Amino acid sequence: MSTPLKIPKVLLEQYATTTHIAACMLHTIQTRYGDIEGKLVADLGCGCGVLGVGAAMLGCGYLIGFDIDEDALEIFKGNLKDFEIDNVDLIQTDVNSSLSESNFKKSFDTVIMNPPFGTKHNPGMDMLFLRSALDISSNAVYSLHKTSTREHIKKKASDWGVELEVVAELRFDLPNTYKFHKKQSVDIEVDFIRFSHTAKKRR
Amino acid sequence: MKLLTHNMLTSKIIKGVQQGYPLGITATKVDVKEVDFNPDFVSRMIPKLDWPALCKAAEDVGHSAELPKEVVPEYETNEEFLKKAHHVLLQVEVIEGNLVCPESGRKFPVNNGIPNMLLNEDEV
Repeated sequence: MSTPLKIPKVLLEQYATTTHIAACMLHTIQTRYGDIEGKLVADLGCGCGVLGVGAAMLGCGYLIGFDIDEDALEIFKGNLKDFEIDNVDLIQTDVNSSLSESNFKKSFDTVIMNPPFGTKHNPGMDMLFLRSALDISSNAVYSLHKTSTREHIKKKASDWGVELEVVAELRFDLPNTYKFHKKQSVDIEVDFIRFSHTAKKRR
Repeated sequence: MKLLTHNMLTSKIIKGVQQGYPLGITATKVDVKEVDFNPDFVSRMIPKLDWPALCKAAEDVGHSAELPKEVVPEYETNEEFLKKAHHVLLQVEVIEGNLVCPESGRKFPVNNGIPNMLLNEDEV
């Protein structure tokens, strides 16, 4: 188990990806699509690195984790040390405002992310993350989105000329992370989606 | 921060900066860490790289002697070349220092190996 954040920050929607969900996602990405092993991978909004550490363990060529939060990155760094992972680099940056315009355009084979769903204070945040992810990837983006927004995401994917495949429907157990959460724990339905640039290339 | 990451990083996000590439490096602490050599991966990275920028970065951190000035023909099968590229790309690491925008001179601090690329509101 990697170390989670001690005090999550509500504005950043820091809901941790459980290790179980991360393991299932990464296993599928590698075994069904072969998109981890030997690949150049980006982890957007990497947090403490549950997805990033997992991808490194599955043999990605190199991974860069991007997050705005210094504390989360420091914990990620500690996790890398604990797991003796040496092919991962971290950058502190604002995924939304800085990635599309940067030299990272189309550099990465694969992008993996569990974006902020954009429910409380950041409406549309997951779509901004998705736009950045598509901008910096040449092959595929794997992401989690609320099932209730599936039709909207399908329309966006079509507008952007990328293929979309709902790989799995997950039940995301959000434990009582923040003070405004009244219930102990809440299950929400989440789509695990693969976006690919192949449609664009075929045209 | 490894030099593979540096090779992809720009400061174009700053308002008014055109290219912002390559970023200068002023390092106060540079480490060399053993990293597993994956020839297929390094070979696949070569065409994606900006080689002159890599040479400049290697020079900035004092490791230019270990890197050929140009990509050799048929590098895919040249293990010696790939090992040198691997070393500079993945084993040399900037731990403390600054990345410097070539146009504005804006410095981005690197602490504990993590570059901070966040901008102030008036810079975007």
